[in-house]
Amino acid sequence: MIQKALGSDHLAGWLFVLPAVILIGVFGILPIGWALLLSFQQNDLLATPTWVGLDNYRTLVHDPVFRDSIRRTLVYTVLFVPLSVGGAMGVALLLRRPIRFSRFYRTSVFVPVATSTVATGIIFNWLLDPTYGLANFVLGKIGLGPYGFFQDPDQALYAIVAMTVWGWLGFDVIIYLAALQGVPEDLLEAAQLDGAGRWATFRHVVWPLLSPATLFLVVWSTINALQVFDEIYVTTRGGPLHATTVLVYYLYNQAFELFHAGYAAAVAEVLFLITLVFAVFQLWLGNRRVHYTS
Amino acid sequence: MRTLPFNPRHLVLLPLAAVMLVPLVWMLVTSIETLPETRHFPPTLIPAGIHWQNYPDALDAAPFGRFFANSFIVTGAAVIGNLVLCSLAGYAFARMRFFGRDITFIALLATLMVPFQVTMIPTFLIVQHLGLVDSLGALIAPNLVTPFGIFLLRQFFRTLPIELEEAARIDGCSRLGVLFRIVLPLSMPALATLGIVTFLWTWNDFLWPLIVISSTNQSTVQIGLASFQGAHQTNWSLLMAGNVMALAPMLLVFIFAQRWFVQSLASTGVKG
Repeated sequence: MIQKALGSDHLAGWLFVLPAVILIGVFGILPIGWALLLSFQQNDLLATPTWVGLDNYRTLVHDPVFRDSIRRTLVYTVLFVPLSVGGAMGVALLLRRPIRFSRFYRTSVFVPVATSTVATGIIFNWLLDPTYGLANFVLGKIGLGPYGFFQDPDQALYAIVAMTVWGWLGFDVIIYLAALQGVPEDLLEAAQLDGAGRWATFRHVVWPLLSPATLFLVVWSTINALQVFDEIYVTTRGGPLHATTVLVYYLYNQAFELFHAGYAAAVAEVLFLITLVFAVFQLWLGNRRVHYTS
Repeated sequence: MRTLPFNPRHLVLLPLAAVMLVPLVWMLVTSIETLPETRHFPPTLIPAGIHWQNYPDALDAAPFGRFFANSFIVTGAAVIGNLVLCSLAGYAFARMRFFGRDITFIALLATLMVPFQVTMIPTFLIVQHLGLVDSLGALIAPNLVTPFGIFLLRQFFRTLPIELEEAARIDGCSRLGVLFRIVLPLSMPALATLGIVTFLWTWNDFLWPLIVISSTNQSTVQIGLASFQGAHQTNWSLLMAGNVMALAPMLLVFIFAQRWFVQSLASTGVKG
């Protein structure tokens, strides 16, 4: 009987999943409920928290920096997602068939994927330095600039977009190249034999076949864009004049620099809601448009 | 209009490659320039000589060796933890029948829908309660197992032929024996993917270490690099030398094992 009990899946199954359940329970599930609770508290991360009801949310509604941080996050997302995903699709189509130097081209596009966000930020601080930076030198050669980039409130957010597209493009290209491997060559030939031009072949054959990858990348990039933080921390610290204070930067600033953890938790709940709305909407739209092959 | 003597795709790809590589090449060039050479406009594109001194100077300015050791410990623990714990859990969810299996699996997966930024404040408080703040334990414990890894391995295990496992069971092999002697050896592609993705993710992680680590001794490469920048604002040649040292190992691994990295990233995206 004992032998049988030990061999039963009930016990063995739970023993197998127990470490994972405990760890994810403590560091994954527990914080979800606690985050909501925190948003109803005043909490400085040290002293005993006090219950303040909906006060944090009421303050949020009238907080101009918070409202602007949402606007900036949306502007950033609306620029970053099409530029990185659309750009990557173009690059992947160019890299699909091997040509001379294609290994070199691929490597040069992929290398930023392994470059950490901190290293990227430091490199671009130097590259985009208004006084001595290489960017102003090169742009000056073609009659542009000089620009203030990270130090100009009107340009900083766009400079962040450019830098993060540089950092993320390679990952998207990798996904698209993998998806393109699944595009059967005879399908393209058949389209060409039927007299389809390049554009028609792309629009009616390649685009639909790539649509699952596109949906994945749009959802994934949107989530990442709504949460952008590292590159901003390393370059502009939310400045100048709050020009790059996006949602997560504001959250971090409130919680871990000003120790308004309860207020920051309310910001976090808003971030969660925005992320959820975007993801659900994109998946809903995507599932009506995406073409899945078996 | 005659066709070009070369493939017109080069006209786009060559400038693109330049844009992607110039930031990294410029980092390398600056790291061997003297300070006056960096404080010059137009920029010094080709330095007068190779000024290696920036590298020992950077090593004196910040304990990069320590940062590397810390990152190595944290990343190693996360990779091993994920490979072992996600294998165990993934196999149980894929093949075993036990009370509450499906609801548990769904509960674990549901945490993927909540971004880390949303839960990081209570996670900090939990780590504080556990007495782990400002220690490597704070970086290791939450990263030992991921719902993503469990999901990835469960999906892979389910594609394996179950007959092999049944035969081994009939021959008296234990559940654990089946997992380690039959299932895992067949799952090398999935395990490699999980290992590589965990490695990249943990090594480059920034926000969580930024929150829980405050002392230089416990800093990872990324945190160390950020505070190194804070301490040497516009000393660009020194900063770039430090940056090269911090980046070089990861970039070299990536370039030499590019095929593995690319396959791993591709399979998380397309199949996940």
